[in-house]
Amino acid sequence: MKAAAFDYIRADNTEHALHLLQQHGGDAKLIAGGQSLVPMMAMRLARPEWLVDIHRLEELKVIELAPEHVTLGASVRQCEVERHVELGRRLPLIHQALHWVGHQQTRNRGTVGGSLAYADPSAELPLTALVLGATFHIHSADNGPSQVAAEDFFMGPMFTALGDTDLLHHVDWPLWQGERIGSSFQETAIRHGDFAMASAACQVQRDANGRVVRASFGLGGVSGTPLVFSDLAQQLVGQHLNAALAKDVAHAAAQTCDPGNDMHASADYRRHLAAVLLTRALLEAVSTKE
Amino acid sequence: MIMPSRKTVHIRVNGVMQKRDVEPRTTLVDFLRDELALTGTHVGCEHGVCGACSVLLDDEPVRSCCMFAVQADGMNVTTVEGLAPERGCLSKIQDAFCEKHALQCGYCTPGMLIASHALIAHNPHPSEAEVREAISGNLCRCTGYQQIVDAVLHATTSEEPSHE
Repeated sequence: MKAAAFDYIRADNTEHALHLLQQHGGDAKLIAGGQSLVPMMAMRLARPEWLVDIHRLEELKVIELAPEHVTLGASVRQCEVERHVELGRRLPLIHQALHWVGHQQTRNRGTVGGSLAYADPSAELPLTALVLGATFHIHSADNGPSQVAAEDFFMGPMFTALGDTDLLHHVDWPLWQGERIGSSFQETAIRHGDFAMASAACQVQRDANGRVVRASFGLGGVSGTPLVFSDLAQQLVGQHLNAALAKDVAHAAAQTCDPGNDMHASADYRRHLAAVLLTRALLEAVSTKE
Repeated sequence: MIMPSRKTVHIRVNGVMQKRDVEPRTTLVDFLRDELALTGTHVGCEHGVCGACSVLLDDEPVRSCCMFAVQADGMNVTTVEGLAPERGCLSKIQDAFCEKHALQCGYCTPGMLIASHALIAHNPHPSEAEVREAISGNLCRCTGYQQIVDAVLHATTSEEPSHE
């Protein structure tokens, strides 16, 4: 359970990191908090020859609250987001999700960008990014900067749009405008802090009469990537989101999932769990006072 | 096959600056135990699940098996050996662990102590739920956790002023 030998270099800035990625290609890996990569190296599931450390780069530690979105640099630690009161007020779903991410000891090192870039299908931040429709800003040694929408970023289990010479620079998380916006993150795991057997996240906006004007929701842990259900969410618009409707729409979403069987849960159980969690999430989101 | 060059690191451990040349793949916990002979920090699962290797890194609890010593260059580390106010003494939490029989085999204890100290550093009078949350990243296979929770509450609710 020791990592294979590698060489280590701390990048001076983003350009330096990109240059090193270009020089070493697939033999180099970026490391920030290391909370996904180091365990994979210990288990020898990953054997990079070079580690390029970007954890201390100030340009990747930006937290910016703009009127229409929140920008989080890739190396912002999860604990820094967790402690940011104003960010939590404006983007409560990300705080609700972080409550389920690992433990204090891992959130103190682990970064927002790391969780997104490793894209475990059960991880909480990828699901949150998808539900909120986040935009990923990528810098590439070969192709320069580019933007990728969350729905195009997550491509499979531990597989994203990032190439060998790409660096996730920052992510923009949209802020919905207006009032009466509620959100919720629900999860079941074997132990609190473990990856989810299933998880559900949603954000819902209502008008003064309590009718839904905008909704987005998704499920994690029940497919190779987190899933978002735009068509079903659209069906909620104009309606009162009561228990019966929440259950119907959650059931419809869960039925389209194709989770695997494993030692922890059967596919049927995961689908059942997904429907229960999503029902709970939708109802909690509309019970939020505002 | 890569032949990595050794890197020089400066890490302040329990208040003492330590300079060593390390292989990049040396984890922080192996650095503490093998280079500095600070064997109070335990190696458990080595992939970030059990919490036995917890240390304070710049006063925040982290898993020392999930980072390499080179990543801690220039930072401050506190291990279980650094929790007591002076040699031969116990911290109030450590004393409460004895008082409330919060350990049996002792394997998880350094991690539990680190997690508890980190908690009371910013929350001197935690609720039971907050104690349970703070140690939720640390596995114990002997005590059933109850005595550990009792010990932290004992140390933080008694009358005497804390020395931490």
